[in-house]
Amino acid sequence: MSLILEQMPVVIGALNAGFLQTLKLFFVTLIGAFPLGLIIAFGSMSRFQPLSLATKLIVWVVRGTPLMIQLLIIYYFPGLVLNNPIWGGGETGRFLAASTAFIINYACYFSEIYRGGIQGVPAGQEEAGLVLGMTKSQIFWKIKLLQMIKRIVPPMSNEIITLVKDTALSRIIALQEIIFAGQSFMKGSHGISGAIWPLFFTAFYYLIFNGVLTLLLGRLEKKLDYFR
Amino acid sequence: MPILEAENICKTFDRTEVLKHIDLSLEKGQVLSIIGSSGSGKTTLLRCLNFLERPDKGIIRVNGETLFDAGDPATQSEASIRKKRLHFGLVFQSFNLFPQYTAMENVMLARRLLAAEQPDFKARKKEIYEEIEVQAKTLLEQMGLSNRRDNYPHQLSGGQCQRVAIARALALKPDILCFDEPTSALDPELTGEVLKVIRELADKNTTMIIVTHEMSFARDVASHVIFMDDGTIVEQGDPMEVFGNPKEERTKQFLSHY
Repeated sequence: MSLILEQMPVVIGALNAGFLQTLKLFFVTLIGAFPLGLIIAFGSMSRFQPLSLATKLIVWVVRGTPLMIQLLIIYYFPGLVLNNPIWGGGETGRFLAASTAFIINYACYFSEIYRGGIQGVPAGQEEAGLVLGMTKSQIFWKIKLLQMIKRIVPPMSNEIITLVKDTALSRIIALQEIIFAGQSFMKGSHGISGAIWPLFFTAFYYLIFNGVLTLLLGRLEKKLDYFR
Repeated sequence: MPILEAENICKTFDRTEVLKHIDLSLEKGQVLSIIGSSGSGKTTLLRCLNFLERPDKGIIRVNGETLFDAGDPATQSEASIRKKRLHFGLVFQSFNLFPQYTAMENVMLARRLLAAEQPDFKARKKEIYEEIEVQAKTLLEQMGLSNRRDNYPHQLSGGQCQRVAIARALALKPDILCFDEPTSALDPELTGEVLKVIRELADKNTTMIIVTHEMSFARDVASHVIFMDDGTIVEQGDPMEVFGNPKEERTKQFLSHY
């Protein structure tokens, strides 16, 4: 126990640095996947058959295969198979590859949530707006948007919480996020080796962060509770 | 001159003829009831008049002005249709109130948006908004909902929702107010309060077209009745005649259920 207390400051420092990388991947994924998901959603709802079929095929493949495999393919395929290592080396390259894989993967999940939200607004809402002389854009902004958001928030909250934990998968391409940082104390790092507790300890970081997110998202959900 | 004339309206969905050469005319201040079994084309006819469906053939005129002519693409641009819709109001079977707005806001929203298109809007915004608010309050009072102004739709009963929807349609002062089975989603008690409001509108000579399954109401309130079956007008005339002494076999058969 006293050994752990002794190691604590060093370990916390390293875990904090790792968690910063975790947070970076988390936010970059959200910022990329929110809009890309919307584009994919419109693609799959398109009345132009080839586009909607192609989009649905992509979504099927991405949702049907493990994110871990997608990470490996996106990171290694260009360099090993095409002899064109587009990601460059080092931590920056790994981060770019991981972000790309996460954005594509999460955009596909988000697109299905958006689609549900958009199609879940009853057709009667649009018709009521039309007979009241509203334009299509007024109907979207003044009537449908908030109803869509209300439908989207709960399933989106689930995905966001899952994303926090999924960032750990980027360990497979050696991105130096928090799991990587925790694990390094087993092999030896910062003068500490053979310590497994830092790896276990990373769980607290996820737990606290998800606790904060759950509170915030719950608040948003509650804000939209005034109508049904 | 009739306020509304519809000529030879035809509409087909996937090879099913839903409306077959419908002719219709309505005088200002008249109440027209359309009755008939489900699937006879009543609702589609109303939706055509409100441009929610586009007739395959036919002409729609209001106050002598041709609003829609299936043979003339110039009458069919999206922007012009939006303005033309304002001649009609439509009250839906399922109310279709906007859930995120209060009763007042539901009634005011469309007028506020339209007001923003007026050239003097910026200069008179406050005045215009006040006027819209006064009108909305008056309408809700007329509907017996003064104490419900700030309630959201989910806090209102079905009958109250439908009365808000009527106020919302009236706010734009349509030439012709259309009702699509306005009480079909309500229990008998709530039906009564909605019918009472429609009756009051009829007493004030509001021009209305009412698609309904409430036969006694149609007989009492209408100045003209149309019985539709299989996309055609089978019989029409004075309500006393149509209900009391139907001439067509199909009408007799239909009315025998009531």
